[in-house]
Amino acid sequence: MENMKEVILEYVIEEYCDEENDDVTYDTPLISGGIVDSFSMVSLKRFLENKYSISISDADASPEAFDTVNKIEDLVKRFQ
Amino acid sequence: MSNIGSYEKRLENFDWSIAEKELGYKTGENINIGWYCSDRICNMGKAGKKALIWEGLNGVEKTFTFNDVRLRSNTIASFLKDLGIKTEDRVCLFMDKIPELYMGFVGILKLGAVAQPLFSAFGDESLHVRLDNAQTTAIITQRKHVSKVRKILDQMPYLKHIILVDYDGSKPLKEREIAFNMEEVEQVENFESFPTKAESPSVLHYTSGTTGQPKGVKHVHYSLISQYLTTKWVLDLQEDDIYWCTADPGWVTGTSYGIIGPWSLGITQCVLDTGFSAESWYKFIEKRKVTMWYSAPTAIRSLMKAGDDLIKQHNLSSLRHLASVGEPLNAEAVIWSEKVFGKEFLDTYWQTETGSMMLTNYPGMKIKPGSMGKPFPGITATVLDTKTFEPITETGKPGLIGFKPGWPAMMRTYWRNEETYQKKFENGWYLPGDRAYIDSEGYYWFIGRDDDVINTGGHLVSPFEVESALLEHEAVAESAVVAKPDDVNMEVVKAFVTLKPGFEANDDLELKIMNFIRKKLSPLAMPQEIEYKDSLPKTRSGKIMRRVLHAQEWGEEIGDISTLEDD
Repeated sequence: MENMKEVILEYVIEEYCDEENDDVTYDTPLISGGIVDSFSMVSLKRFLENKYSISISDADASPEAFDTVNKIEDLVKRFQ
Repeated sequence: MSNIGSYEKRLENFDWSIAEKELGYKTGENINIGWYCSDRICNMGKAGKKALIWEGLNGVEKTFTFNDVRLRSNTIASFLKDLGIKTEDRVCLFMDKIPELYMGFVGILKLGAVAQPLFSAFGDESLHVRLDNAQTTAIITQRKHVSKVRKILDQMPYLKHIILVDYDGSKPLKEREIAFNMEEVEQVENFESFPTKAESPSVLHYTSGTTGQPKGVKHVHYSLISQYLTTKWVLDLQEDDIYWCTADPGWVTGTSYGIIGPWSLGITQCVLDTGFSAESWYKFIEKRKVTMWYSAPTAIRSLMKAGDDLIKQHNLSSLRHLASVGEPLNAEAVIWSEKVFGKEFLDTYWQTETGSMMLTNYPGMKIKPGSMGKPFPGITATVLDTKTFEPITETGKPGLIGFKPGWPAMMRTYWRNEETYQKKFENGWYLPGDRAYIDSEGYYWFIGRDDDVINTGGHLVSPFEVESALLEHEAVAESAVVAKPDDVNMEVVKAFVTLKPGFEANDDLELKIMNFIRKKLSPLAMPQEIEYKDSLPKTRSGKIMRRVLHAQEWGEEIGDISTLEDD
């Protein structure tokens, strides 16, 4: 079984980082750190929903809940 | 006591010479915004006063006095001059909100070159069309953004210099690249600001329209006059204020009121260069003791969504004055801010083309939540009949907003596109493209755009630009893009597409198309929803009828569809 954290981290690096800022870890601030902006967060949310067959409510899709890979994993698990 | 005092009294015998006198400017003399924002403030005895308190990730902070601004802008101007940058050459600023962006802006203006700030989240195609239109000579950027420039470099023979402000030597520089570390080079004590005149070009901001490519809005150094006075009277900046403008200087608010306004007044401003979170914003206000806060409805609504409990955990008592810009501020947000901060956000209405505030609410004036306020003194505004373009005299009747041309910060043309510029005028009025009505007390009330341009989070997105980019995706056969209502951003981009044979309409493809647009254009332009259709509504001549789809999204009457082709 795929490790959820690794999958999310890999996706974040692939989609939102380039060679100059790819040193992202599970605890790197993504939203408050400016790596993923509030508009791009929609595509990250869509990825999680597609990948894990879940539906994350808008109320739960807050910048705080998406701020690190660790927090995103917690969020996804709540909806599984 | 507010700077404006009585709005009504200011209307009497108003003349822009009020600002000219305060700035010591006389018609025909030199006027250089860069000099006014640095050297002049130092000459007034404020060299040691803080100009910029900057905070980045993990609480890293840097502080710059007005003398630091003077020296760094001198140094950047001198560096650019040595590179061969000439008067009126376009120099693009393509950076996050780092100190180099602010100092670079001032330095470019001192040199007499034209500052072309671009939002750093733009993808390579968005960047290319704007640099191409401006025929930009140099771009100042960071390592994290340079890959986008490298990708399109072959298509830009006019771009002679790519200046990296954070080059660390770990990888070799590539073609046309040069390092410039503002803190490591020797500071230039004396730099003679170029003797620009009132009509010399200063700033080139890009904005989107319904059709065609983005337009370069040309501003001149004389714009300082209305930017200075509106900052003073509407934002009410006073000597001891700590001012926070949350806008990115990649957009006009970030330059007119995030650099020129406060610094020409010698005011301390602070900048938070991190992503948005309600917690980090409240912490920043508390830590920096922000007194004047100029933000945007999207951010305000996001703060509302984050809840009031968070506010109670912070001491925000330093705040004395709040204002908002970018899109209409809904009444609920005004009422909420009065409840939680004890102050109302005052809405201000203007746009890239106007360069400075046009319709606004003022300190001390009765606020009607949801209203755009009243015209700034010196601005002749009205609402025009949509067919005759004559002013509407009937109270409450909707029409097109119109302004009499001639205020100092008005754009002078669209760069290399005079024809489109001329189309912005009807019957002697400048049309910003918005609809409104005026109530019995002279307050303006926003109704909506008069075109298909999408205002998302205060930024304009051209449906045409997104539709064109969608067609470059291998799966998309046809596309139509409209605004979709959104609680936080007012509008977001929604795309309707038909697919080419062999492609299956599913969620994974939708995400792929979304990401394709995000990288190619920008996150703002990325459709937040894509709807697959078997066909798109078209006229008999084959033109896609966007308005049918728009009406569907907004639950409005579709209107006349007699030209719609049969299925």
